Amino acid sequence: MNAGRTTDALLYLDGVSVSFDGFKALNQLALLIAPGEMRAIVGPNGAGKTTMMDVITGKTRPDTGDVLFDGGRHDLTRLDEATIAELGIGRKFQKPTVFESHTVEDNLRLALKAPRSVFPTLAARRTAEEKARLDELFATVKLDAQRRTQAGGLSHGQKQWLEIGMLLAQDPALLLVDEPVAGMTDAETFETAELLKRINRTHSVVVVEHDMAFVRELGVKVTVLHEGSVLAEGTIDQVSADQRVVEVYLGR
Amino acid sequence: MIVQRLAGRLGLSELAFVAIVAGLAVLVPLANLTMPEGSLLHVSNASVVLFGKWMCYALLALSLDLVWGYCGILSLGHGAFFALGGYAMGMYLMRTIGTRGVYGNALLPDFMVFLNWKELPFTWYFFDWFGYAALMVMLVPGILAFVLGWFAFRSRVTGVYLSIITQAVTYALQLAFFRNDMGFGGNNGLTDFKDILGFQVQAQSTRAALFALSALALLGGFAAAKAIVSSKLGLVLVAIRDAETRTRFIGYRVEHYKLFVFVVSAVMAGIAGALYVPQVGIINPSEFSPANSIEAVIWVAVGGRGTLVGAALGAVLVNAAKTWLTAALPTLWLFVLGALFILVTLFLPRGIVGTFGAKFLGRRGTK
Ligand SMILES: Nc1ncnc2c1ncn2[C@@H]1O[C@H](COP(=O)(O)OP(=O)(O)O)[C@@H](O)[C@H]1O
Ligand SMILES: [Mg+2]
Repeated sequence: MNAGRTTDALLYLDGVSVSFDGFKALNQLALLIAPGEMRAIVGPNGAGKTTMMDVITGKTRPDTGDVLFDGGRHDLTRLDEATIAELGIGRKFQKPTVFESHTVEDNLRLALKAPRSVFPTLAARRTAEEKARLDELFATVKLDAQRRTQAGGLSHGQKQWLEIGMLLAQDPALLLVDEPVAGMTDAETFETAELLKRINRTHSVVVVEHDMAFVRELGVKVTVLHEGSVLAEGTIDQVSADQRVVEVYLGR
Repeated sequence: MIVQRLAGRLGLSELAFVAIVAGLAVLVPLANLTMPEGSLLHVSNASVVLFGKWMCYALLALSLDLVWGYCGILSLGHGAFFALGGYAMGMYLMRTIGTRGVYGNALLPDFMVFLNWKELPFTWYFFDWFGYAALMVMLVPGILAFVLGWFAFRSRVTGVYLSIITQAVTYALQLAFFRNDMGFGGNNGLTDFKDILGFQVQAQSTRAALFALSALALLGGFAAAKAIVSSKLGLVLVAIRDAETRTRFIGYRVEHYKLFVFVVSAVMAGIAGALYVPQVGIINPSEFSPANSIEAVIWVAVGGRGTLVGAALGAVLVNAAKTWLTAALPTLWLFVLGALFILVTLFLPRGIVGTFGAKFLGRRGTK
């Protein structure tokens, strides 16, 4: 519990600084994500986007600042990674790792919210409820045709979607997605934007991405990070008209 | 119900395996006991014992495949669980000898009288009761696996380090069992058994029955292993094998899963050892030899790890080759075994069943 601070935000960051050997990866970062929102975070390489994710998920402790979740109910700077994951913050890393020798469906089954201990898992049966959850997930990630395919045989893009599906299977309140379209074809990039929009109907999402066409496709509020703090915030048209943003991106 | 559910998951290779082993369990004893000697259909007494040994080895291989093939735990000490099960059975067999021993001591086995011991060590208490011995056959290997796994898996010892630890454990046990003061017969081990549950160990009908029991144990072990690997827990095991960190990341306590499968596997290996001992008539510390455990790994590799039936097939094929070669060219066997391992690793990395029979395995038979 934090000391009496109130906020309506699902995720609340204020005055967050992280330094590595004197180098400020995050510098007085402030960010508010409303419940149900999808937010795109952009910024040049080294802007601190991944470090921000690390702070939210408990992988990195900030030197200063507040990181609050769920209307200020949880102080994330005091919790470990497993607890934060259990609170309902799911994270997708840049590099996809799926269980290659399992089918797509079995990958999702393993990720579904269910008891995780040995004997319940040994005794677990396929239930109608589980099937309904899986059908729902397949409808979202659009991998129905690959249901019985071994995940190792999926394309790069499909693996990313499967991984997003596995994240979704755990039904988190907030999804953090780091560079989902890196290495994807244009068609896959478009599909991924559609996927995130579908997910956003029922979940809050923070997506970090370089690809401006993709961010435009998402059509959501954009936050531009630069040298560890917020440089600009607004619609994609607003931020791309911002002179400082243009300099940061073109001046590299 | 369970049988039905399981049967629905079996592929062609597995149905064939079940049919063959069940058939052998009936036909070999019949052919041995009812067919006249000299008949084409007669199975010799020596062959019954030989086939019985193979069944036990096949069960050992199956147990190893469960941990190695499905969970990626390469145990180089599974022979230790087999030997411990064997010793537990041997202790029962020793105590049932009673006054029929050379020294005619009702309580103490011969080797203890020979060592001038006056009292039965507590480790031997209750072993005259078969039920207790049968329990120890499973409990002793199970507890060793639990303790070993508890420490190793919790400290995240994996890969080659885990293999080395298991190998060291079996070697240490071999040295310990060599010592007379351990009270397990020293380097002579336990032998000169008389009867088991009132039946003469040497009698042909007993041997035929032991063969049939070994075949049934193999089937039972297969059913248990298949039920495990085709459950959701089986999915988790393979997930651990292929991407351990990721499995942990989605919330599974990897060390608990490893511990579970390691203990189950050790118990299976112990049962195999217990059935082996009355058939060969002796158990001594050489059963703990590190080479035995490595040989078992080769059986599984040859047959195809992660296939269960392949492990059993590999055990039988390699041992058939061994029987034949050690008779024909005794000095060559170790070289052949080594070459076999290298060739399989290079040219048949998925083993015989993994390469040729994968299509015919049931759900989740192999990669
Ligand atoms: N563990 C670390 N140790 C030292 N420097 C780091 C560490 N993690 C990140 N950094 C540095 O912090 C800055 C921000 O990195 P990062 O958050 O990965 O940026 P982005 O994801 O926006 O490309 C970079 O200059 C990076 O080199
Ligand atoms: Mg990054």
